Amino acid sequence: MGTSTERGSRSRQREAPYSDEYRDWLRMMLLIRRFEERAGEAYAVGQIGGFCHLYIGQEAVAVGTLSALREDDWVVSAYREHGQALARGMSSRSVMAELYGKATGCSGGKGGSMHLFDTSVRFMGGHGIVGGQIPLGAGFAFSARYRKTDEVSISYFGEAAANIGSFHEALNMAALWKLPALFVIENNGYGMGTAVGRASAITDLAERAASYGMPGVTVDGQDVVAVREATDEAVARARAGEGPTLMDIITYRYVGHSMSDAPHGTYRSKEEVDERRGRDPITVLADRMRELGLLDDDGMAELEADVAAEVADAVQFAEDSPEPDAEQLWTDVYAPVKEND
Amino acid sequence: MATLTYRDALNAALREEMERDDTVFLMGEEVAEYNGAYKVSKGLLDEFGPMRVVDTPIAELGFAGIGVGAAMTGLRPVIEMMTWNFALLAIDQIVNAAAKIRYMSGGQIACPIVFRGPGGAALQLGAQHSQAFESWYAHIPGLKVVMPATPADAKGLLKSAIRDEDPVIFIEGEMLYNLKGEVPDEEYVTPIGEADVKRAGTDATIICHSKTVAPALNAAKALEDDGIDCEVIDLRTIRPLDTAAILASVAKTNRIVVAEEGWEFAGVGAQVADLVQREAFDDLDHPVLRVHQADVPMPYNKHLEKAAKADANKIAAAVRTVCYRD
Amino acid sequence: MPPEGALEARAPTMEEGRLVERKTDEGAAVSTGDVLAEVETDKAVMELVARADGVLLKRVVDEGATVPVAQVVGWIGAEGEEVPAGAPPAGAPPAARDAGDETEKKPAKGSPEPKAQPPAESAAPLAARQQEAPTRAAGERVRASPVARRIAEEKGLDLGAIAGSGPEGRIIKRDVEGASPAAQAPAAASFDASGFTDVGLSQMRKAIARRLVQSIGPIPTFYLTAEVDMERAAEAREALLAREPDGKFSFNDIIIRSCASALRQHPWVNAWWMDDRIRQWHDVHIGVAVAIDEGLITPIVRHADRKSLREIGAEVKELAGRARAKKLQPDEYSGATFSVSNLGMFGIDDFTAIINPPEAAILAVGRIEPKAVVVDGAVVVRRRMRMTLSCDHRVIDGATGAQFLKTLVGMLENPLAMVW
Repeated sequence: MGTSTERGSRSRQREAPYSDEYRDWLRMMLLIRRFEERAGEAYAVGQIGGFCHLYIGQEAVAVGTLSALREDDWVVSAYREHGQALARGMSSRSVMAELYGKATGCSGGKGGSMHLFDTSVRFMGGHGIVGGQIPLGAGFAFSARYRKTDEVSISYFGEAAANIGSFHEALNMAALWKLPALFVIENNGYGMGTAVGRASAITDLAERAASYGMPGVTVDGQDVVAVREATDEAVARARAGEGPTLMDIITYRYVGHSMSDAPHGTYRSKEEVDERRGRDPITVLADRMRELGLLDDDGMAELEADVAAEVADAVQFAEDSPEPDAEQLWTDVYAPVKEND
Repeated sequence: MATLTYRDALNAALREEMERDDTVFLMGEEVAEYNGAYKVSKGLLDEFGPMRVVDTPIAELGFAGIGVGAAMTGLRPVIEMMTWNFALLAIDQIVNAAAKIRYMSGGQIACPIVFRGPGGAALQLGAQHSQAFESWYAHIPGLKVVMPATPADAKGLLKSAIRDEDPVIFIEGEMLYNLKGEVPDEEYVTPIGEADVKRAGTDATIICHSKTVAPALNAAKALEDDGIDCEVIDLRTIRPLDTAAILASVAKTNRIVVAEEGWEFAGVGAQVADLVQREAFDDLDHPVLRVHQADVPMPYNKHLEKAAKADANKIAAAVRTVCYRD
Repeated sequence: MPPEGALEARAPTMEEGRLVERKTDEGAAVSTGDVLAEVETDKAVMELVARADGVLLKRVVDEGATVPVAQVVGWIGAEGEEVPAGAPPAGAPPAARDAGDETEKKPAKGSPEPKAQPPAESAAPLAARQQEAPTRAAGERVRASPVARRIAEEKGLDLGAIAGSGPEGRIIKRDVEGASPAAQAPAAASFDASGFTDVGLSQMRKAIARRLVQSIGPIPTFYLTAEVDMERAAEAREALLAREPDGKFSFNDIIIRSCASALRQHPWVNAWWMDDRIRQWHDVHIGVAVAIDEGLITPIVRHADRKSLREIGAEVKELAGRARAKKLQPDEYSGATFSVSNLGMFGIDDFTAIINPPEAAILAVGRIEPKAVVVDGAVVVRRRMRMTLSCDHRVIDGATGAQFLKTLVGMLENPLAMVW
């Protein structure tokens, strides 16, 4: 019977798209989860300052979308971007060090939690003004076309940013010019403490795409496979010169908006949070893998240990890293003056 | 030397830089098929095609951001603001993105972009279309602010701005577009950050820029009759400010008047006055005086508008005062 | 309605005055400058003049009454105008009104709100103004543009002696451009334009000043006495008087003239103690003590170093006459750089005079009398005179004073040295 089960599993694996990538996705989602938990602890003891917005609960969005991109594609996000930074391949060391404000951070300690940058993976930043990065993403797509490449850009923003002018202006021009762009609404249901229904006249935000004549899709953001499938379609359209796609990816953040508010209380109930946590993206993928015979308890424990070690190493690295030199205050405001000028 | 209008000098700068570097493109409202609201981009669509001369919807915030994004990937966008009044809609992208990308990325990403268009008042355009915003942008580290007053400077400075590795706010003047002047035939650029002595003098210095340069020169001419010999310094660049030129002139004349189109509070003149009191206190024979727009929204009525604007008479009166001749 | 006049301070020490005589009746028309009354101060009788045109509506101070400086003494206004009831207010001193006028003249350029008025000066500084600098009181800040200050420092000019042509008397570039230290000495013999050099106090000078004040009074004085052979001076005087029988000059005039020449060579003696500095005057103004019925006054021979004996003689005689009649104006007895007191006519051999601050020295002169002295090994009779220099030790050291005295003795013993 074992044999038939194995055979059955293999056949299901063959039918399950991307199954050879599941383990990487699971590990990345776990890494993001543990990284964010550790970041929350470090924030609590003052090792991380400023605003800090955790990604816990939304891991499938970053992992599902970014796994669909090529190295030469462009990524831009808002201020809840630790997850995308890691999923894009930035080292956990450079991201944690940036949260610590250290010289070894991905932005040299000048950016912080909200401003992670790494041009080596074309991660063009966390941006702190709601909606401000959406036109930038359109700009990367404009550049891709201007330079006659088939690069695409992906822009992440929350569902609340779909109400701001830059969203409308950028989507209109991207569609008008058929730019190779993906606009990803990470729809976690709340803009800070305002539920989507209290902010948007149309709560099915994918419908907004119709205003610009571009495809709009609603995606289950707790299922990384569904996210990936939808992203592949959008990327294919973009690379083919058929223009942008608006993706409304439904997800949930388990934690507060930032470190300064509780996961539940005034604007949402504990029951709601508990219920939504019941469909956790990591569990959803792990269950699917167990079903397919791709994961067992040992395998899961191994991944957990591996991820825990990486996070511990990132924290150690951040703690051991030097602060930026005082002179760094004055650099990078303008281009360095050329020697021969 | 050829005699060109300020408008044609800008057009020539755009054409030359687009020919020289195919990462340079022009984007904005009516820049392509309409040939530019003020015809600065005339003929460029025909020459460079719609990918490099891009008409946009009326969406300043959006296309400013698209420009910034393109610049972050290494292109050199020239974003035309039909007027700088409309750029208020785009100021988030200019201030929060363009000015800060290099810094908050720890130096990884440059933003070589030019935002250009006419600023300040023209004639009877009313309160919303008659505003000088240079001091707003000059306040922001990460931005450069350039304001040519002559055709030669317009061409040379726009070429420098396009080649610059940092975001440049390039403010022209609607009333300057028809101004004619000699422009060198050969290839040249005018460095950003260098003021120009438009007239040498010994008794008082008039610091001016953009549309106050001509009235400053007129005032200087009128003051000759009073035996007052004025030096007229055209800042040309507001940020970085050519502090050396200002201080050298003050050391010579000991008296200084700063003329600008904008309002008084935290204006360019306030910055110059601060510089002078700090660095040239012992050179002063009179407190720095400023000539600027009346501290009101610009009225429509032409007499009221004239009363509100900085002009040659007001500049001359201020110069007489600093020379103790009033 | 302007007051008829507040009592105006006319001398540095004046705090009150006595209304001696009314010159204008109530109801009379008056014009600015008309004499309203005579006021007696501690030094002289002076005129109180109208500061406005109109009718003298009311006098509120009786003849003979003594009132403090700045007290309103009467009202001038339009005919029939009401006079403020109640007790006459201690009106704003004239200086306050002057300050207000100056402020009004200043255009409030670029400033929507009027500038705060400078605080009204008290009466005393106004008077002090008259005493020394062209427009400002001792210790009053000199208003000068930064570049004017710099140029003055570079050229060694004394800003305190320069009249500013800018707003509120600000000294500006053009005021110092043409000036030179030498040119700062006035062309005309006008006290107002006289210059001086303020010398900062070295630590040693400060220590000397501090310790000596502890030791002996507020003015630590020491005395230097010398005996002068006046034979040649007497001969010269006799020769001059023989030529000009009506000539009016005395030994004292010769001494004044000699002191003036000697002071030119000894700036430390021609100086004032200013508490935080020493002011060396560039010109020589010698106060001459004159006894009058009610005491003593020291009219001043201005620029004594540039006047002939004849001029000095005539001037001293004229000043002394008016001093005795109490007709001296304040600027005629204020601001000496050095003083001479001569009691020889009373038969005094020698004495010590008391320094008149802020002057640094005073010379006390005794009588001239024949004495037997040894000259070239032989005993001869010569006319001799003893004089004693009182020195403020904070300014003058023993050697400094002695050198001055030696110069002075040399001049008196060889009158030609004065013109050498």
